[in-house]
Amino acid sequence: MTEHNDAVITTDALIIGAGPVGLFAVFELGLLDIKAHLIDILPKIGGQCAELYPEKPIYDIPGFPVVTGQQLVDNLMQQIEPFHPEFHLGEMVVSVTRAESGQGVVFHVETDAGTRFEAKTVLVAAGGGSFQPKKPPIPDIDAYENTSVFYAVRQMESLRDHHVLIVGGGDSALDWALNLQSVASRVTLMHRRDEFRAAPHSVAKMRELVAEGKMDLLFGQVTGLEGANGQLTAAHCKGMDQVAFTVPCDRMLPFFGLTMKLGPIAEWGLNLHENLIPVDTEKFETSTPGIFAIGDINTYPGKLKLILSGFHEAALAAQKAHRYIYPDKRLLFQYTTSSTSLQKKLGVNG
Amino acid sequence: MTDVTFIDHTGEARTVSGTNGMTLMEVAIKHQVPGIDAECGGACSCATCHVYVEPDWMAAVGAPASMEEDMLDFAFDVRPNSRLSCQIKISDALNGLRVHTPSRQS
Repeated sequence: MTEHNDAVITTDALIIGAGPVGLFAVFELGLLDIKAHLIDILPKIGGQCAELYPEKPIYDIPGFPVVTGQQLVDNLMQQIEPFHPEFHLGEMVVSVTRAESGQGVVFHVETDAGTRFEAKTVLVAAGGGSFQPKKPPIPDIDAYENTSVFYAVRQMESLRDHHVLIVGGGDSALDWALNLQSVASRVTLMHRRDEFRAAPHSVAKMRELVAEGKMDLLFGQVTGLEGANGQLTAAHCKGMDQVAFTVPCDRMLPFFGLTMKLGPIAEWGLNLHENLIPVDTEKFETSTPGIFAIGDINTYPGKLKLILSGFHEAALAAQKAHRYIYPDKRLLFQYTTSSTSLQKKLGVNG
Repeated sequence: MTDVTFIDHTGEARTVSGTNGMTLMEVAIKHQVPGIDAECGGACSCATCHVYVEPDWMAAVGAPASMEEDMLDFAFDVRPNSRLSCQIKISDALNGLRVHTPSRQS
């Protein structure tokens, strides 16, 4: 998470989403001398390819009989390197507003970390939306969210002297259990079984602290919450043997991984159809001129949610973006195989 | 073709059929069975195709592999008969299989 910064970052193109399609858009824009910044809610580059299936083989990328999600991302990063894209990771775009300026239309974009951009054009390459923490379907959990139940820790100090119940068995759960152990009045880690996916040294450290009596480890799942006015007092749980028990706590941190939600895209003033952004198939432009939608997030007659379709869409959107950024320049269609000017941009000529 | 029945959390049952070799998740998606999200498309990396196998069928379906067991940590209300439907391949032996879907996948 970047610090709040009063300076506005100006860019030709702002790409929302650093998955494969957003990355390839950097390439297509770069060939047309359009500089891009990218924003992604994940702390890493690659979108679903990196988050959901880094090790899984993909068989339908043209020219690659087989490539894993992470290899594809790595290759794309190598391919766009000549264009020096700038990444803003771990940030979610909360607002996109269109404004008239002296030089024409610009878009003001702001993230939840307070980073602000002024872009001449925006490409939404948000895939399935934003990865957000999964919320356990515990009755009335909504009533405790952001007062006693948190899905992320922004400031450890806010948990000082609280009895914190951490639920989960992965790296997030283990890391926070270890980090908060010395801050909270008591940390209770609860997991559904006595096996952890987290890094072995974290698991070993946790078991050590439990053995020393410095934190608690329980096996089970939370079934209900007890408290009033958003103030949690206990969690009702059951073990894998289905026996019920109660854990006193005043803060709960559930870590159940991520799920894709549309997120704030719905509030950007774009027309939406069943959580997708309708576009034309010539320019892949949305209902707002200057804002494009490419990849899985868009829809049009015949749409296929394939990475290769997103690559094509990026190429065509870039052509139209050029007209917004260089209204007076004629765009000459060129091939990277033969154009010396394109080769120069790619750093492969002379 | 193999018939499988999905029972949602309200008790409504839907019987659909698939070709042997398809995963239970693929059969559900093909027939637009509600209650199976399958966000990751079958990569065993999201736990949004969680089902409860009816006790009579547990032996035929078998136990989850360790990767699936790890991924079940991301599901809610995991029970001894919990499985991820993307990791169950249907076959003649599973004709008539009955599974229940949870109230929410994510």
